[in-house]
Formats: sequence, C-alpha cells, structure tokens
Amino acid sequence: MYAQLVDTGVKRVKTLNEMSPEERHFQEKIDADIKIEAKNWMPEAYRRTLIRQMSQHAHSEIVGMLPEKNWLTRAPNLKRKLQLLAKIQDEAGHGLYLYSAMETLGANRDEELEKLHSGEVKYSSIFNYPSRSWADMGTIGWLVDGAAIVNQVVLQRTSYGPYSRAMIRICKEESFHQRQGYQILLEMMRNGTDEQKAMVQDSINRFWWPALMMFGPHDTDSPNSAQSMQWKVKRMSNDDLRQRFIDQTIPQLELLGCTVPDPDLKWNEERGHYDFGSIDWSEFYSVLKGNGPCNKDRLKTRRNAYANGAWVREAAKAYADKHKQAAA
Amino acid sequence: MSDWTLFEVFVRSKHGLNHKHVGSVHAADAAMALENARELYTRRSEGVSLWVVPSAQITASSPDEKEPLFDPSDDKVYRHATFYDLPQEVGHM
Repeated sequence: MYAQLVDTGVKRVKTLNEMSPEERHFQEKIDADIKIEAKNWMPEAYRRTLIRQMSQHAHSEIVGMLPEKNWLTRAPNLKRKLQLLAKIQDEAGHGLYLYSAMETLGANRDEELEKLHSGEVKYSSIFNYPSRSWADMGTIGWLVDGAAIVNQVVLQRTSYGPYSRAMIRICKEESFHQRQGYQILLEMMRNGTDEQKAMVQDSINRFWWPALMMFGPHDTDSPNSAQSMQWKVKRMSNDDLRQRFIDQTIPQLELLGCTVPDPDLKWNEERGHYDFGSIDWSEFYSVLKGNGPCNKDRLKTRRNAYANGAWVREAAKAYADKHKQAAA
Repeated sequence: MSDWTLFEVFVRSKHGLNHKHVGSVHAADAAMALENARELYTRRSEGVSLWVVPSAQITASSPDEKEPLFDPSDDKVYRHATFYDLPQEVGHM
C-alpha cells in the first residue's frame, strides 16, 4: 500500500439515519457504486481524506524513484539501463497522474509538495530502505511493485472518479515493472554465479518484511479503516490485501528457488492460504516516524531536487511571459 | 508550479477515433504543455495526435443541472432503432 495510516478525522462511522440529507444522498450514491466526480457535493472529511491519501500515494511514486536511481549508472548492461530508465520515468508519470487527480479536489500541488518536504505528510515506509545491490532492482520491481499492484488493482474501484481513473492507467503500466523485476532475479538465479545467487537471496531477505509492512497495520490496529471502507476510498482491508499478496508471491518465490526469512511460513490446507509469522510493528512505526535507514537522505534528495530545479521553472515562466507579450 | 497554467489533455488513438480526454498537465505555455503531455500520456504509443486546452477555457455543465439537461431524453425510446419492430422477412436493416 502506498498510502499508510491515512487519517479520516472521523471518530465513529455514521449510519444512514444519522446523516444530513446531503450526506445520505452522497452515501447512497457510493453504496450504488456511482462514482463521485470533482464537482459533486461531498463531505468535507471525505475530501480531506482523499487529499491525504492521494498526496501520500503521489509522494510515494516520486520518492520511489530514488532507490532505483541509485543503480541507474551501474546497471549491468545497456538493455537493463534502458528498462530501469523507463520504469523510473513511469514512476514520475504515476506521481503526476495522482497529483492531477488530487488537484481536482482543490488541493494545491506546491503546498502538498511542501508538506512532503517538511515531513508533515509521509510516503510509503518501503522507500526508506536502501538499495544495496543490483539484485535489489529485481526485488523492488517484483515485491514492492507487486505489493503496490495488489493494492492498486483494488483501488481501481475506489469511489472517487479521478482517483479511480488514475489507478486504471497506473495498473496498466505497473505490470511491466513487476515482470522486469522478476526477470532480473530469474536471470541471476538461472544463469548467475553462486555469488549472484546469494545476492538475490540476500536482497529478498532484506525486502520481505518491509514489503509486507507496505499494507499497513493489522485491521484491528487500523482505526481509520471503517470510515474509509464506508466511503469506498478503501475497498479491501489491510490484512486481506497482505494475505492476497503472500498467496500470489510464494509460488513465484519457489520458482526462483529462493526462500523468505520466515520460519512460520507454510501452506494452510484448511484455510486455503499461507500462514505466516508475526510482523515487527515497532520497526514499521519507527520507520514511519522518520527513523528508517534512509528517511533523512530521501527527504534531503527531494528538497535539493526541488530547489535545484527552481531556475528551470522560473525560466520557463519568463520565456512564456516574454512570448505572450510579443504576441500581444 | 502554481503560476503555470493547467491544461486538459486529449489524445486521438491510432484507430481514427475521436480525441479523448485523458488527464491534465501544468505548463508555462501551450508548447510546453504539448511536450509534457507527450511524455506523460503517450509513452506507449497511445496516440497519434494530441490536443491541449487551458482548463479555464472549458465550460462544463453543472452536476445540479443533470436532471433538466439529460432526463428529457430518457422517455424518447422512439429515437432508438431497436424501438421499431419489423417482420423477419425484412432481413437486416
């Protein structure tokens, strides 16, 4: 999940009877799976929640470019470099789709970026982990984009029209990311040296638990879920999404010939799902709070990129103004 | 970026269809909007032609007018071909 712990500001979910006529009309549309569009009436809390969720989601896309940038100049060959470059450009594009969709709610992109840069608004915890080896480019594509896809496929049915349409577009592009990542790992496992194979296993060991944390806390510790589910801003619970991801991923893991660092992972015939060990939530909350291995570095890189690009934005504006005057 | 103009982007796909709204971009001017739209919306051969239009130039119908604008056509079934039952022997028409 690219947006974690999105606060709805709502303490208790209202029943239809407790709602004002406007709220009831709104909720009935949502219950009937009619999309909400930008100009439709919506509760203020719905608008604010969506802005929070979409801005977190957009920030995650653009911060997500940074761990991959790390290997761009050290890709093993030109083909892999071009693929990685295309993937990184997609992430920038995904961020832009989401910022645009967010702006339809009256949010201002500069202000939301400022909240990212000041640390007020978060991005996904996963991008605060370092990318130490080339195998991490494979693991990120396979596990991190894979987890994002599980989340985003469901979000295609989210109640807010512009968000839903952005998700549909993103999902179309995202499967390239996952397949290219998996193929990197497969190639290393099938044709690689022992050292390269060990590199893959080490990478999976480091990313497995953080990838599971992407889906956010357990449903029982997710106080905002009930309201988000009623609004259909969220369509499936954190635990259900996580289980779906694990069930999809383990057969792919076995095909690689790798393992995950979880002794409790095993198929449960009765449930029809994989059982898995308990997640270290103290690590999750600590990373969200800013104490992950790369939080400071990621924010510094973002701030620098924005500040160093200021002259380009200003020059483009000056150029456009000059030509407008000349035409007038 | 807030002092840049917001443009709506329309793409015509390969197959001779109408231009279709796909999203928006910010840009300092129209030429830059076209370049940004190309990078953002046609990275995978999604189109053969692009339009960009300043969002402020679009006049949209209001959701409140939905009923008066669109309901009157709901009871005019005779505007559809399927309304007219014809005998089998007429064949395809």
